[in-house]
Amino acid sequence: MTQTTLFLTAVRRRVRPSRSLPFLVVGLLLALLLVFFVLPVIWLLLAPSKTAGEVVRDNPLSFGSFHQIGTAWRHLFAFQDGAMTTWLRNSAIYSGGSLVLTLAVSVPAGYALALTKFRGRKTLLTITLVTMIMPQATLVLPIFLELNRFHLIGTIWSVILPFSFYPFGVYLVYIYFGSSLPRDLLSAARIDGCTEWQLFARIALPLAKPVVGLVAFFSFVGNWNNFFLPYLVLPNSDQFPVQVGLNQLLTSTPSFNPVAGAGLNVTIPELALAILIAILPVLVLFVFSQRTLVSGMLAGSSKE
Amino acid sequence: MTLLETERVTVSPVRRGTTPRRTGRGLAGYLFVAGYAVLLLAFGVFPTGYSFYLALTNDRGQFTGLNQFVKVIQDYRFAPAFTHMLIYLVMWLVTLVVLVVLTAVILRSRVRPGTSALFRFLYYIPGALAGVASVLVWLFMLDPDVSPVSRLLTAMGFKTFAAVLAPGNLPLILMLIAFWTGAGGWMVVMYGALNNIPDEVIEAARMDGAGPWRTAWHIQIPMIRQWIVYMTIMAFATGTQLFVEPQLLQTASLGRVSPTWSPNQLAYVYAFQQGDFNGAAAIAVVLLAVGLLAAGLLVARSNLFKLDEK
Repeated sequence: MTQTTLFLTAVRRRVRPSRSLPFLVVGLLLALLLVFFVLPVIWLLLAPSKTAGEVVRDNPLSFGSFHQIGTAWRHLFAFQDGAMTTWLRNSAIYSGGSLVLTLAVSVPAGYALALTKFRGRKTLLTITLVTMIMPQATLVLPIFLELNRFHLIGTIWSVILPFSFYPFGVYLVYIYFGSSLPRDLLSAARIDGCTEWQLFARIALPLAKPVVGLVAFFSFVGNWNNFFLPYLVLPNSDQFPVQVGLNQLLTSTPSFNPVAGAGLNVTIPELALAILIAILPVLVLFVFSQRTLVSGMLAGSSKE
Repeated sequence: MTLLETERVTVSPVRRGTTPRRTGRGLAGYLFVAGYAVLLLAFGVFPTGYSFYLALTNDRGQFTGLNQFVKVIQDYRFAPAFTHMLIYLVMWLVTLVVLVVLTAVILRSRVRPGTSALFRFLYYIPGALAGVASVLVWLFMLDPDVSPVSRLLTAMGFKTFAAVLAPGNLPLILMLIAFWTGAGGWMVVMYGALNNIPDEVIEAARMDGAGPWRTAWHIQIPMIRQWIVYMTIMAFATGTQLFVEPQLLQTASLGRVSPTWSPNQLAYVYAFQQGDFNGAAAIAVVLLAVGLLAAGLLVARSNLFKLDEK
């Protein structure tokens, strides 16, 4: 809210008479969007500091007490004997494991598609583009059946392997190398006797840091937040990633499920705290990555 | 963290690329793409083919032509599910494109750089709450008992949570959630794209007497058109995949919202409650066709992806 007023005063100072109406409209739009985007976040940050009763009765944007945050924390982590800890650990394993695998396969693949010649390259590129714009969720059911046939349902591979398939990552690497690594440089190194592996490891990879960061970000965030696939392939609560766990928490909250949730300690403050903890890794990445992200995406794009 | 991963990756991929250079070039290419190609076959090509196979056969593997499609299309839940999705998609795409482009233009040309950076950052932050988290947050935002805007909700005639979650409101609610998590990131991207336009171009337009809005409409927006198309394709693809959002709203509405509100939910019910994987596959194929058709149209009309090359 203070940002809004700050902004409005900043705008007022710049107003010239002839332009005051558009400026008012522009300022209003930006301020409304600001409230829309920020208000829920502020509410979410404040909710765990209150008791369930206070959340309903008190001013929605008031702060309760630190003591209450501790209570909510204890209630949350006591839920099903520390299920929350297990879920967070699972999420870390699934997202981290598939991140390593994604980078290990998509960086060399994007490089080869951009800078080497082999038969089938065009076909591979086309299929990659098509799968990229395909609604991924439509493939979840056949992937489930496929994993089922190979008896992988319920194992960590049933999540990590499909997560590691990331055509968008390959496409980003492909564009990046295609536009920022001159072929002449590689030809020169070849003449000097570099092997193909050395070209990749010594010349291409060191240049690829921005795009590796970009792929890592998208892959990690996407997989951390993915719900549909783990929801289908992981039958037991102790295998859930935290997103599926949140779903379980919701169905155990009295306010949304009066029958099953009665008598449990998971109420609105606990749920809000669970949301905050669940998104914390992604939030940290978001806070520190905005600038790099944009420069990375546009670096690859502007030179088609 | 990304740095760490980079180090790790440098040692892992196929090392056999070190074959003599003459014969080795094609071979090296294959080795570099081998890992990805396996994943692409296993989780891209095969599942696609498999859904077509399932959609054209019955549970005993006999070829049944288009019978599965006829069956699911005649299902009384099919038309509502696709109608819901369509209403949501239209609302979501129009709002997204209009507001994202408008805001990016304003942030680029009408606001000081420092203020603009702060705004972009604040708009972008909710993106971290994608998925289940965003739905949960909005359940609270829309519950008049706890919402910080409960007065607004009451003024609009929503006195109880149940009134807010009336089935007819779902497209609007889902659009709010999607916009809240997704729009900020796209604003940042569009702003970056606008930033890439050389200053001389904008300057020339101003010399010719174009005001900021005319510059935006005739110069800036056409120059970032590819990014707008790209955003539309991606938003469309995500929009067709609605599953967890209506699923959670269904839970929260205590069952008044249909459990087969979106096509994906219908496919889920077919597969896991009726045990009919062939019917589920037929729905998936229809969704896939819709998604690819729309994306294909946009790609063809916009020359996006025309990057191959030299």
